Formats: sequence, C-alpha cells, structure tokens
Amino acid sequence: MNETTSTKKKEPIEESQVAPGHRACAGCGELLAARLVMNAAGKNVIATCATGCLEVVSSAYPQSAWKMPWIHSLFENPTAVASGVEAALKALGRENEANIIAQGGDGSTADIGIGCLSGMLERGHNVLYVCYDNEAYMNTGVQRSGLTPFEASTTTAPSGKISWGKTTDKKPMPEIAAAHGIPYVATASVGYYADLQKKVKKALTIKGPKYIQIHCPCPLGWIHDPALTIKVAQVAVQTGLIPIFEMENGVITSVRKIVKKRPVEDYLKLQGRFRHLLKKSGGEDEVKRIQAIADQNIEKYHLI
Amino acid sequence: MKKVIEGSMAVALAVKACRPHVISAYPITPQTHIVENLSQMVADGELKSEFVNVESEFSAASVILGASATGARAYSTTTAQGLLLMTEVLFNIAGLRLPVSLTCANRAISAPINIWCDHQDAMTVRDSGWIQLYAEDCQEAADMQLQAFKIGENPEIMLPVMVNMDGFILTHAFEPIELLDQKMADEYLPPYKPEIFLTTKNPVTFGILAEPQYYAESRYRLEEAIKASKPVIEEAASEFKRIFGRYSGGLVDKYKLDGAKTALVGMGSVVGTMREVVDEMNSHGQKSGLLKIRTYRPFPKEAIYDALKDVDNIIVMEKAISLGLGGILLNELKSIFQGKKKQPRISGFIIGLGGRDIPTQSIINAVKKVESETIEDEFIDLRTELIGAGK
Amino acid sequence: MPKTQTKSTKPEGITVKPGSSKEYKTGSWRSKKPIFKHDKCNDCRICVMVCPDGVIFGEDKKYWADMDFCKGCGICAEECPVKDIDMELEVR
Repeated sequence: MNETTSTKKKEPIEESQVAPGHRACAGCGELLAARLVMNAAGKNVIATCATGCLEVVSSAYPQSAWKMPWIHSLFENPTAVASGVEAALKALGRENEANIIAQGGDGSTADIGIGCLSGMLERGHNVLYVCYDNEAYMNTGVQRSGLTPFEASTTTAPSGKISWGKTTDKKPMPEIAAAHGIPYVATASVGYYADLQKKVKKALTIKGPKYIQIHCPCPLGWIHDPALTIKVAQVAVQTGLIPIFEMENGVITSVRKIVKKRPVEDYLKLQGRFRHLLKKSGGEDEVKRIQAIADQNIEKYHLI
Repeated sequence: MKKVIEGSMAVALAVKACRPHVISAYPITPQTHIVENLSQMVADGELKSEFVNVESEFSAASVILGASATGARAYSTTTAQGLLLMTEVLFNIAGLRLPVSLTCANRAISAPINIWCDHQDAMTVRDSGWIQLYAEDCQEAADMQLQAFKIGENPEIMLPVMVNMDGFILTHAFEPIELLDQKMADEYLPPYKPEIFLTTKNPVTFGILAEPQYYAESRYRLEEAIKASKPVIEEAASEFKRIFGRYSGGLVDKYKLDGAKTALVGMGSVVGTMREVVDEMNSHGQKSGLLKIRTYRPFPKEAIYDALKDVDNIIVMEKAISLGLGGILLNELKSIFQGKKKQPRISGFIIGLGGRDIPTQSIINAVKKVESETIEDEFIDLRTELIGAGK
Repeated sequence: MPKTQTKSTKPEGITVKPGSSKEYKTGSWRSKKPIFKHDKCNDCRICVMVCPDGVIFGEDKKYWADMDFCKGCGICAEECPVKDIDMELEVR
C-alpha cells in the first residue's frame, strides 16, 4: 500500500465513541450520524440499539465498534430495553451514571418498533431516542418502510410499468413523537453536522423522553456516489423535502431556514431511486407532486 | 404463619420477598391479580421496585431484559397470548443469559379465545432456553418463585426461569399459605451481583451478531448451561428446605412409586386429582404411583427414568398438545425409554384443555382403558355431539 | 454432543470488548484513496467531522487518514471547502 498520507501517524486527537473497523459501506450516512451523535453525547452514555444496519455492521463477534456500554436485543425493542435500563439505574441508585440513548433505523422507529417507542415516550422515561432515517430497510436490501418518501423506488415498492414506487409519503414521526407531549423533538441531517451535534447536546440537558430524527443518505439504497452523502443530505434540506426543526413541548421553537430554495429535481437527479421519475414519460407530473410536498413543508414549517 | 390468601397474592408476596429492582408487566387474565397486588405494594411503599407499566407483553419482556442487563433483579408475569407475544424476547433473554424470572398463569391459546387453564402457552416456548418449573398448588408457586431467582442467578447457570401455575385453578384459589419470612428469604436469596452488566465503569457490548463460525458454539453453551441447572435446581430445593422447612421444588416428585405397576405422570394442579386416583387404585389393590414433573425444562430424563424404570404401565396426562404430533410430554417420555431393556406400556391422554374440568372419574376411566390397550393422544371427555362423532 | 473439556458453564461469548472493531481493518475495501495535499488547508476540520469511519486525524493544517481503515468513500475530498484533498485510484 502506498502510505504517503499515513506515515506521520500521531495519536488521534479526537477520541471517537464509535471506533473504526465497523463494516458499514463506504460513505454510509447512518454510521456517520451515529458517530456524530455519540461523540456529541460524550463518555457517560449507555446505548441500546435496534436490529438493522447500525447493529449488524458494528457488533459482529468478537468485535464491537461501540465504546460505551451498549446492548442490542431485537428489531422492535431498543426503546423498551432502554426503559428497563433506566428503571434499573433508578432502582440501583445509579441514575446519575449515564445518559441513555436508544437507537433505531427508520424501519424500527416508524414500523415494527413504533409500539415500544410510543410506550417509552408515554411513560416519560429519561431517554434520548435517535432515529437514523435512511428511508428504507437497507440491511435487508432496500425494502420500503414507513419513512420511505413518496415515489422512491425500493425493492418491495419498486417503480414498474404501472407503478411510480411508493404510493404514500413519509409517516410524520416527529409529529407523532411530539404528540406524546414529550419535552423535546428535533429533526436533523448529516448534511448539517454541527446542528445535529448541538441538538444531541441540548437534548441530553432535558429530563424526560427526547426524540431526534436524523436524515442520513444511504449510497447503496439511494443509489448515489458515496462521496455525495453530505451533499445529497444538504440538497434534501434545501428543497424543503426534509424540514429541519425543533419542537419543545409540542411547539416548534426553531427551524433551519432555506437560504436559497432549490427545485426538487436537484435532489431527485442525484439518486438512482428517483431516476424513473426523470426518465419515464409522465414523470414530470410526478415530480410536480413531489415539488408540492416540498412546498407544503416550506409553508407548514415556515422554512423560508 | 399460615394465612388463607389467594394464589395470586401468595405469588405477589413471594415476589416481594425476592426484592426485585424492576417489575414490568401487562395485564392479562388470569394473571391480573398478581400484577394488581404488586402494583398496590409499590403504591403503598411496601415494595421498593420500579414498576414499569408497559403497552404490551412484548415490551414487558424487553423491559426486564434491559433491566437485568443493567444489573437489576427483574420480574414479569403473563399468560397465554401475552406469553406468545413475548416469545421473540423470551428466546433473546435466554440467549443473552439474563436470569430474570416470570410467573406464567397457564392459560389456553386462541383461537378460539379462551381464558381458562391449560399448558399450551408455556409448552409452546419450551425450546426457548428458559428453565420451566410447574407448581401443583399455591404454596409451591410461591416457594418456587424464590427458588427461581436462586437457580437462575447461579453464576454457572445465568438463565431465565419461568414458574408455571395454573390459571384460575391456582391464581384465583384461596388456600392456607405459609408466608415467606423476609429475613429467611434474604438469607436464602442474597442480592443479585452479576459479573458483567451495562455500566460506564466497565463498558461491554451485549447482543452481538454471531456469524456461522460462532453461532453454533453459543447455542451449545446455552444447552450445556441449562443441562447443568439440574443439580442446581435440586440444591435450590434442598437449601429452601433447610431454611423454610419444606421441600417444594426439585426436578420430579415421586408418590407411592415403590413397587407400583402403574404410574401416572402429570404436571401442575391436576396432579392433586391424579393423586386421589392413585390412592383409590391402591385401595382396590392396584399397585400404582404418581410422578409429578416439577421441572419440565431442563427435561429431567434421568430422574424420570429412575422413577419409572420398574413400572409396567405409564399413563401421561397432559394439558397441552403439539398439533400434528400429539401429547408433548408423552412423546418426550417415550424417548427416555428408547433402547432400554424394559419397555413399559406408555399411554397418553390430552386433558383439561381450555379449562375443562377433570373429574376423578374421568382419570379412573382413562386408566381402565389402558389396562388392555395402549392409547395415545386420546382427548378425555370429548363431547361427541360437538365433533360429529358417535351416535 | 461432545463432552466439554471445561466444566464451567458461565456465560461466555455473550459480550465483547468496547471499541474492539479496531482489530478489523477495512482499508482493503478501498478502490480510491484520499491525498491530503497540505497546501491550501485552512484547519476547518470538516474532513475530520464528515468521515463516516472517524479515521481522519491531524491538526495545524496537517491532516491524514488512517489507511488501515479508510474505505475511500471520498466524502472528505468532496466536502473540503478549499479542495485540498484529492481522490486517487488505489494501486496495490
């Protein structure tokens, strides 16, 4: 190997809470998000994790990428397990030992684990929940989830001769979380990593259940150049398709304003999962429908 | 001190005596009185446990999983549909080697929906890696609860333990119960101190992915651990007897089996009725005995063989069925005699499904039937008019 | 089933050491590699932030990727605001 760049090895100046050697694909937005979350959260964390890419790539025996005490149980229960961790810390007089962070992908969060999540939010556990939203079941091969966006092509809701892909839009998970009356809900994007880390830090100062949903591109599932992970995430925000906001006690308290609004085509054309919309005849009308979703978001969240 | 209390209260008091840090449960008939009693104890400040009221049994099992992994003693209770909803978590708990405990108020499985007792629920999760104990009466259900944590938390075992008690028949029965003295309970069951748990002081990763080159060994170790629990279960019962003065646990319980020609085999509350039948048979000169299976998993093959090796006729009465096979206990029991010199006649009956009463006479009739022929998987007391048979 | 040599049935293989994935080198996955030119670097540290594997280190305008792990995704080069990182084909 030509090691011109690594000969001046020094001690890493940033001690990451998620170690390298994990098996995420090159350019993985989810692992980038997880590293940003955990580094923002710092050392005193106990983490739970749903089954999915995040777990599979990070905890293959006999190695683990996680530096903090970490547990994976099942696909649908990182929140219920976190509830048990929290109850145990309380009962054992250890509640000041750690912040508890429960993590899941969009499938765990919006689909199979929504019952457990709702229970944890309703019971008021002092847990930060992080949804890494890469908009499909990536671990099993890019199948549609409740957070797959309108007319994205996935392997179980593919575009076809008589289909444009998914027929419904993203389940409004941040609003569903907020409707539980929890103190803090935020959306974030790996495209805006400083904002993401600020929100994690802020969430951990608040007692009670917190919900952060992070938009993280998946180069494999979205079919884009791995180098463009950050770009794709940023363009999603700049079109209005992914609104970035904070809700405190049910009220929107901040939004990331769009400085220069971009048409949704700018986002769609970066990704293979939307290619059918730009290629097939009649696609223009579908793109208009996606533009309407972005425009509604802009209006609803006052993004401009 | 004996006091007449409901079975559910006896169990709740036993759970209290175990000083669990975390309790999590979801209400389901006929388990409700157990959770209600525990909730009241917490509400009155008599029981210092975190009680997590969850939105499903699936979460209840997940909560005790998380609590146990964090170093807490954790308890749940459920039955039937609730147990089935927990199933995925139950297997996970065993795989993670977490010594939680659960009372299953045994009940039939839907469809058709039926809230009354049989053992189909717990039998369904027999392969999960949980140790399964079956109580005959409320006293046993209470005593076994203490033993459950004692067995499961043994550092060599580290497995979850399910105490089975018949729904309604025991959970709602009022019986004179010897209450567990807290001091004695504390002596019997010291605080839970796991070697590894989730803590920032010594971080570990739990719940790893095991690829084909690692998975089989982890299941092998699980099998070795549950097999190794057999002497631990016996010791837990002996230790219990030393402190509390009664033996109410162990692997099997033998009744009048010395010199018996016929042996009845059963689990749970029906054993009481079967004992009456055995007494009656003996009074008529029919040498018979009874084997009560107290520990169903690990399956006490050696103890069962040892108890039954000299009898000519074995009759298994079970409140469960493996659809498409027949009696589960029957078939497992038969396998014990595979290749043995003496081959007793082994018959089996399916009894009491969905809470159907089991009169003494029905058992007597069944025993009479197998005097001349081997019968397998016959349902006792079927109403022929409902199945289009007979007439 | 073979008899176990060790008689202990204590839980084993249930947990693993934190951060031990460092033993698993992912550098061989790489088809492209980042070249840190150390020319126009303005110390913004964006490359450090955006590396999904967290393997870009350095200070004082001298940054480098740990090639034992770098998967060559190219996010660092794409995001470098002064274009001080190039991606080159890996030659092995």
